[in-house]
Order: sequence, then structure tokens, then C-alpha cells
Amino acid sequence: MAVPGARARGWAAAARAAQRRRREERTGGPARPEPASRRAALYVHWPYCEKRCSYCNFNKYIPRGVEEAAMRKCLVTEAQTLLRLSGVRRVESVFFGGGTPSLASPHTVAAVLEAVAQATYLPADSEVTLEANPTSAPGSRLAAFGAAGVNRLSIGLQSLDDAELRLLGRTHSAGDALRTLAAARRLFPGRVSVDLMLGLPAQHVGPWLGQLQELLRRCDDHVSLYQLSLERGTALFAQVQQGALPAPDPELAAEMYQAGREALREAGFRQYEVSNFARNGALSTHNWTYWQCGQYLGVGPGAHGRFVPQGAGSNTREARIQTLEPDNWMKEVMLFGHGTRKRTPMGRLEMLEEVLAMGLRTDVGITHQHWQRFGPQLTLWDVFGTSKEVKELLERGLLLLDHRGLRCSWEGLPVLDSLLLTLLPQLQEAWQQRTPSLVPGG
Amino acid sequence: MWTVLGPGWGRGHALALWAARRRLPGPRPAPTREPAARRFSSADLKEKLDMSGFPVENTRNFSIIAHVDHGKSTLADRLLELTGTIDKTKNNKQVLDKLQVERERGITVKAQTASLFYNCEGKQYLLNLIDTPGHVDFSYEVSRSLSACQGVLLVVDANEGIQAQTVANFFLAFEAQLSVIPVINKIDLKNADPERVEKQIEKVFDIPSDECIKISAKLGTNVESVLQAVIERIPPPKVHRKNPLRALVFDSTFDQYRGVIANVALFDGVVSKGDKIVSAHTQKTYEVNEVGILNPNEQSTQKLYAGQVGYLIAGMKDVTEAQIGDTLYLHKQPVEPLPGFKSAKPMVFAGMYPIDQSEYNNLKSAIEKLTLNDSSVTVHRDSSLALGAGWRLGFLGLLHMEVFNQRLEQEYNASVILTTPTVPYKAVLSSAKLIKEYREKEITIINPAQFPDKSKVTEYLEPVVLGTIITPDEYTGKIMMLCQARRAVQKNMMFIDENRVMLKYLFPLNEIVVDFYDSLKSLSSGYASFDYEDAGYQTAELVKMDVLLNGNIVEELVTVVHKDKAHLVGKSICERLKDSLPRQLFEIAIQAAIGNKIIARETVKPYRKNVLAKCYGGDITRKMKLLKRQAEGKKRLRKIGNIEVPKEAFIKVLKTQSDK
Repeated sequence: MAVPGARARGWAAAARAAQRRRREERTGGPARPEPASRRAALYVHWPYCEKRCSYCNFNKYIPRGVEEAAMRKCLVTEAQTLLRLSGVRRVESVFFGGGTPSLASPHTVAAVLEAVAQATYLPADSEVTLEANPTSAPGSRLAAFGAAGVNRLSIGLQSLDDAELRLLGRTHSAGDALRTLAAARRLFPGRVSVDLMLGLPAQHVGPWLGQLQELLRRCDDHVSLYQLSLERGTALFAQVQQGALPAPDPELAAEMYQAGREALREAGFRQYEVSNFARNGALSTHNWTYWQCGQYLGVGPGAHGRFVPQGAGSNTREARIQTLEPDNWMKEVMLFGHGTRKRTPMGRLEMLEEVLAMGLRTDVGITHQHWQRFGPQLTLWDVFGTSKEVKELLERGLLLLDHRGLRCSWEGLPVLDSLLLTLLPQLQEAWQQRTPSLVPGG
Repeated sequence: MWTVLGPGWGRGHALALWAARRRLPGPRPAPTREPAARRFSSADLKEKLDMSGFPVENTRNFSIIAHVDHGKSTLADRLLELTGTIDKTKNNKQVLDKLQVERERGITVKAQTASLFYNCEGKQYLLNLIDTPGHVDFSYEVSRSLSACQGVLLVVDANEGIQAQTVANFFLAFEAQLSVIPVINKIDLKNADPERVEKQIEKVFDIPSDECIKISAKLGTNVESVLQAVIERIPPPKVHRKNPLRALVFDSTFDQYRGVIANVALFDGVVSKGDKIVSAHTQKTYEVNEVGILNPNEQSTQKLYAGQVGYLIAGMKDVTEAQIGDTLYLHKQPVEPLPGFKSAKPMVFAGMYPIDQSEYNNLKSAIEKLTLNDSSVTVHRDSSLALGAGWRLGFLGLLHMEVFNQRLEQEYNASVILTTPTVPYKAVLSSAKLIKEYREKEITIINPAQFPDKSKVTEYLEPVVLGTIITPDEYTGKIMMLCQARRAVQKNMMFIDENRVMLKYLFPLNEIVVDFYDSLKSLSSGYASFDYEDAGYQTAELVKMDVLLNGNIVEELVTVVHKDKAHLVGKSICERLKDSLPRQLFEIAIQAAIGNKIIARETVKPYRKNVLAKCYGGDITRKMKLLKRQAEGKKRLRKIGNIEVPKEAFIKVLKTQSDK
């Protein structure tokens, strides 16, 4: 393959920049932490895939050919624009998701990271994760991503059963997945995550648990368990609707989830979030930012963000969504420097609702200190301390409210969505009573 | 959402049969009468028809009665053509069927009354064809219509032979002591077997076979001889023009501009515009604005005379002021009212609720408009903790209910929840206290919540009907099993020909109100026909059944059932609840109980996992929206103890369903 000279030079420069950045970090002391409003996580969306997976309804496209240079330029431009708008001084993590970002060239990843490092402070120990698909990421390519600045891999392994992988429309086999996993562990020791799905049509508890055990023998320090949700518009959904496949059995999925989290616990993993398990402290700091309602910027088609734009004189955080369709998004980025399609100012109550719904997904839950940062005028005790319905949940042992804060018990975590149906209205009610003059959410 | 009986009762034909009965503001042909004719002037008067020239002996009043689809309207069309009432064109298809629904379905609901002028052997005859609604739900109204007649044409399909409704209609005419002229129709059909039908008629109705007239109404074959028979075999009405006015109201409709139009048959006397008349039922006095005949459109006349049939408009504002069966007489000249009047008596009750409470007012106005033409629907406001504000409606029968609902949906675009129909039970009270409270010894129970305890009751009563089933004999065994399962008692069984059987059973009404007809049709491949008539009340061992969720009674699900059916019904309710109650954080025990005795139980297991696995790419918004919507919905749920019950669960249990 003939690499155009300019492109090769760009990549080399980026790689060197990444290396340089690391060296500087190693020599420099710990940076002074910036205030929360000046910190953010950065999500970068690569919208393309080789093939459509049968279960996936994310924002992704199967292109005939990707104009990667243009895409790269736009990702860089938008990252620069949003960093400037947000006034963020320190980026604590970068996550390349998709789509299939491992289909992008390492050069593109490097270019984005370089732009981020130039525009703001990106410490060398910042978590930089790339979602990798086993077939599109042979060892050599993974090494190139490492050279570009990636230091953590999330492998979409999904299953260790070839029949299931075919059902899911994946392009890889179980063997491919295990080979990629092994290569990733050599390159990124202690920083490799694998996704395993559960609750597939016709899947049974025993064999699935066998897969998990096999995975535990091979995996690194991070595992994510995801229950398949049938999404409208996917091939799998259609097949189930037509009766070509049995509908996934929620009862079995619940059993798999329970057996899975127990097996992971025995293997020394901490379930630090509903779907995420880590040992040796290998938590994903990027996702942690979501659950703690930290700021994050979303770059790329359809990416979501949550941050306070600077310079407008307001302190209001905005929920932002970028234009979905890649071509349109690129046009907008070229015209305006960004492809933000929707900006929704978030009210204080709305923020608290997210703090609640996201925070309870984690094992530490919501500490009093954490809550105070978002709702100084209303303590957790004020909101939930007197409710009869909440008391019932506490008595049932599903929920804990104590000196540390509010969190789910081991039994409560799997039914969090049901708990939230009691907790959210309770929060709304307390908020209205406390601030009667304010419009809800205002 | 229309939760009606399923494609049951009458399979559409019978349905529409009723629809037009209530004669809607449907597509009526433009009245031939000019608006100017309403204004009174002497010039107009002279132009009006003078009915005095039709003496009683040249008048015949008759009806056509038939099973659905046996050709009643087609025969009426031919009679109208033959008498020159309407032009003979190819377009005369069911001229009397004015409703769109009637023409679409090719059936008669209510052919309108028509006065035919017919010249026979030099004499001018006035033949009044008085239509009847063709279904037993309206047997009272049929009997009132028939009481204005002296004879009927009993039309039977030459191919299908006697059907259940033929029998029911025949006996109504027979009891009214009318002359019955059997007419075997559709003799042009390939499979027609008029001789077989003749024999059936002889066997079942005891009418000599040579009295049957064999015709093809479609082709006009032999129709003239029907008119001859009407003149020869039906006697003129026995009335007296000299006596004071005595008029029977046998139908009434509501016109937006003119008020109530009452169809009347004069038994005695004369009526003309300007007369002051009194309703024997309400004792209200009215001034007659207009009288006339129907041919078939309203045509005003100077007067109507004894023996004649026509219409009358007298400033009545509401159809309840002109109830069917009522007698009208002249002010200050009271007469003995005609016998047999009774107010409409609902036999089937059902709750009706808007799907969404915001639709309440729209639904209310739709119901009001529909009942404007149908005084036989009783409407009581009702409210359910689960379903909100609504009504408890009483209908004459199942068909009546189904048609009412269908029309609400079709004509008013109203979506409603209709609860499983119930029948009016009775209790004979023994408790002096209760008797004092109710001011009577025998009370009717419409709402199960009012069901008095056994200790305060001598006996409970349930309504029963006499059902007629006609079927090819190969299905007899299966049908007898079905009837037995419905607690029916066989009263009679006879072969009406070599391979057709007529069965008579006494049914508890509540056993046939839901899905009996569907079951009968499906196990007889559609060949069996069914009809029933009111047969009063019988003693029944009734019990009140509660439904409990974790020990708490669900008020809206209290049911009155027969002791023998309690287990079956309880089990079915528990199963339906189990299927529709969403899982909660704890186990739910669903129980059906009679007093303290649990007769059925189901369990809903608690949630084991209910948390969305992945919030992808920071898309929290969607997740939050979903959660908030669910939380919002949860607020509206009815709580039984600490169990949240969605409206859908109640609907699923309460609504009418054919797959019981």
C-alpha cells in the first residue's frame, strides 16, 4: 500500500508527539487538579462498521469507502472547538467508541489525541480507551494504536460460542477473540477489558456460565456483562418478531446475571457498576465520569456530551447531541467547526435526577459529599429520609441509606430500575416542596 | 379499542339488523316533503292526501318476518314496485333499508313502514307493510309492531329452511293470533328444495304445505300472488272509526329539526292536525302538528282514520315521551289503553369507560346522541377506582349491546372499554331491616358490590331464557354437551325433517351472554342457528366471589357467580390477572375467594433483574426519559395494598372477551 508522504509524516509526528507527551509526564510532577468545571472526559465516535451486527441499533454506518482524511480532520476540528467552548483545561480520559473505532487508522487516533494534548492538558496517565473488534485488530495493529497513544482496550468479544457469534452477526470466531485478547494483554497488561453478552435467544445458563469460566481463565482485570436487549429495527428483533428465533427469556437472563456476578466475585472481581467488574483496581475512569455525572464532551457523529459552555456567562450545564449522519455532520463541522445538533440546558432537578439514576448504578452509590456538590440545599436525608415507600425498600434490604450515603445492596442492584421508579418521584416531590416557587427542573 | 363480544352474535347480519332499528341520522334520502308543507295553509290542506276514502274493509296491516338473510327486504322491494309505490328500476335494492350499514351488509335492520296502494278486482286497497326489527333482543318491540297487524308473511329460505329465528318470529305472530302466510323464497337457487321446506313448515308450525307460496323475490317470480294472499287471507283490522281515538305507538324516531316522529296504528277514531292528544303512559298532553302516511317517506295527510297506519308529530322532545307500546288518545276523551305496554327492560348490563379520562366528555355526548333514538338503553353514571368515570349501560340483549358499541365506534369514533356483560340477578330478602331499607322484598342486583349476604336472603334468582337451536343432526351430540356445560335444561327436541333437529333449552341468561353463540357456531361449522326469548327468573345458588391480591380485596373485580361455576370463573380471573400484572419487587399472591374459602390461586414471582445493562456512549437522556415516563405512569397506578396494578391489567380481566 502506497502511503502518501504527507499522511505518513503526519502519523509519525503524531506518534512522536504521543511519546513526547508521555516522557514529559513522567518527568513532571503531579499536576494541580483543576476544579470540576474545568475537567472533562472526552468521547470520540467513529461511526463506521464493516458489517451490521444483528443486535446493534447504535449510530453506525456501513460505508463503501471512508474518506478517512476528511473524517480525521473533522474529528480534530470538532474536538478543538468543543474544548474551546467548554473551557476545559484538563481531559482526564479519552474513549474511542463506535461503530468500530479499531477500523480507523492509528494515525487518526493519534491526530485526535495530539489535538487534545495541544488544546488542553492531557496527562500521560489519562485513560485512553479504544473499542476493538477482534477481526479488525490483529496484534500489529494494536501495537500501532498503542504507539498512537491508546493505553486501554475494550474488546467486543461478546461470546465464546461460534454459533452465538454467528447469530449476533459478528465477523469473528471465538478463536479470533481469544487470540486478540491474548495479544492485547501482552501489549496493554492490566488494561484490557472484554464484553460478554448474556440473555441471547436459546442461550442456557449452564453453557453460558461455562463461557464465563473459560473467559475468567483468559481475561485481564476488567469484564463487562451486558444483557442483550432486543432493539426495534435490528435484524434480531425482526427474527424474533417473525418467530424465526425464540424470544430471549428474561428469567434465564436474570439467572445468568446472578450466577455471573457471583462467579466474578469469587474470581476476585469487584462489581463496581451494574455491568462492570474489575480487579486490581482496574476500573474504567472514563465510564466512572458518566456515573458520577462529571462533564464529558462528545465528538463525532451522534455523540452525546454534558458540559457547561464557557463565556456565555451562565453556569448551566447543557446536554448536547451531535448530528447523527456522518456526511451531514462533516459538512457542519467544516462550516461551523462543530456538528452540535441539539443543546438542552439542564435544570438543577434534572441534574439531581441524573446523579441519582447514574450514581446508584455504582457500588459506592451516592455519597453525601457527592450529592452536596449537585444539591447543596437538599440533603439525601431530606429527600429520602422520611418517605414511607423508601423506608419499605430499606427494610426489604434492597437499598441502604446511612452515614456514607445512598446505595443499592447486592440484592437491590439488579432491580435498580424498579427502585428508581420510587426514588425519582420522591426526589421530584421533595424538590417541589423545598423550592415551591421554582418550576420543576428550573 | 373495541372490546366487544368478538365476532359473535349474528355475525354482522344480525348486528346491522339492529342498527337501523335505532334509525340514525344516517344517510336518509332527502324527504320528498317540501319544507313549505310544514307551514299550514288551507291551500296545502287541500293538496294533502285524503285518507277517508279507504274504508276499513279495504285495509290490510301486515309484517314480513324472517330469519336473517332469508330475503325480507328483497320481497319488500318487489311489493313496493308492484304497487307502484316506487318505480321499477334496477336500482331498487332494499329500498326500505335506508342505513348505509344495511345496504353494505345486504340485510335488513328496519325496513320502514310503507303504505301500499293496490288495485285488485276493481277495488282500491290500502296495504300497510309494518316492519319489525328482526331480532329477539327486541321481541317486545316486535310484539308491539305485530300488535298493529292482523297477519304476517313468514319468509323462509328454500335452501336453508327453517332457522332458529324463523321459529321465534313465528311464535310471536302465533301468540298474537295473526294469520301467518308462509312464503318460501329463493326458489331460483340451484340447491333450493322448497318441498323439504314445505314439510318443515307443516311439521314445525302445523301449516298445511299447500298454503306455502313459493317465490323468487329476486327475480319477481310469483310475487303478485303474495299480494293476493295478503288481501285474501289476512282479515281487515277490527276497528271503529266512530269511537274516540285510540292509537298505538309502535315505533318512534328522533328528528333534529322536528322532534319525535311517532309511528302509530289507529285502533279507533280519527286524528288530525290541531288535535290535542294525551299519552296514556306519561299523561302529558300535546298538540298534533302533522299526521301522515309513510310511503315509505313521510307524506302528510289531512287525517288518519281507524285501521290506518302512519306517523304523527306532536312536539315531543324526547323519544322517551313516545315509548313503544304506549297508547295515545284525545284530550278529555280517555280510553282504555291498549294492552301489553311495558317499559324497556334491560337484560344485559355492562360498564363503559373511556380509554382515557380526557375522552370522557366526548364519549358522554356520543352516548347521549345515540340514546336520543333509543330509549331502551338505560344509562347510569358509574365510576371505577381502576377505570375512572364511566357508565353502567343496560341493553335489551347482547346484539343490542354490540350494535350500540359498534355504532359508538363507527359513527362517533369513540374508543371505549366495555366490561364483561352481567345480567340482573334478584334476591328475595329475609332481613326485615334490608326490606325496610330497600322498601321491597325482592331486589334486583345490577352491581355485584350490592349483592346481599346469604344470611339476609331467602333465595337468589337469575334470569333465564328459552333458547331455540336448529342444527343438522350430526352436531346434536356436541351441542347437547355445550348446553349441559352451560347449565341449560333440555325442554324439547324434534326432527324438523330427516336430518335437521330443533332443540329447546332453558338457559340461565348469564351462561349465554359472553361466548355461547361463538362456541355454537364453531362446533357446528357455522350451521346451527340460535335464538332465545325471555323466560323469567329461576332460583339459583349464587355466590359473591372476591379477588384478592396479597390478601387485599380488589373491589372492581367482585363478581357474582353460580356456585357450580365459581371455581372455573375464579381460576380464569386469576390466570388473566397473572398474565397481565407486571412483576414487582415482591411476590404477589392472586386469589379468588368465596367468603373465607380460597378457590383459586396464582402467583406472580418478583423481579429478579430489572436494570438496563448499558448506557451507551453517554446517552443518558434516553434512559432518563424512559425512567421518568415509567415513574409518571406509576403514579397513576391503582394501589391494592402495596401492589401497583396498571389499568391494562384491570381491562384485561374486566373486558369482554370471546376466548374465555
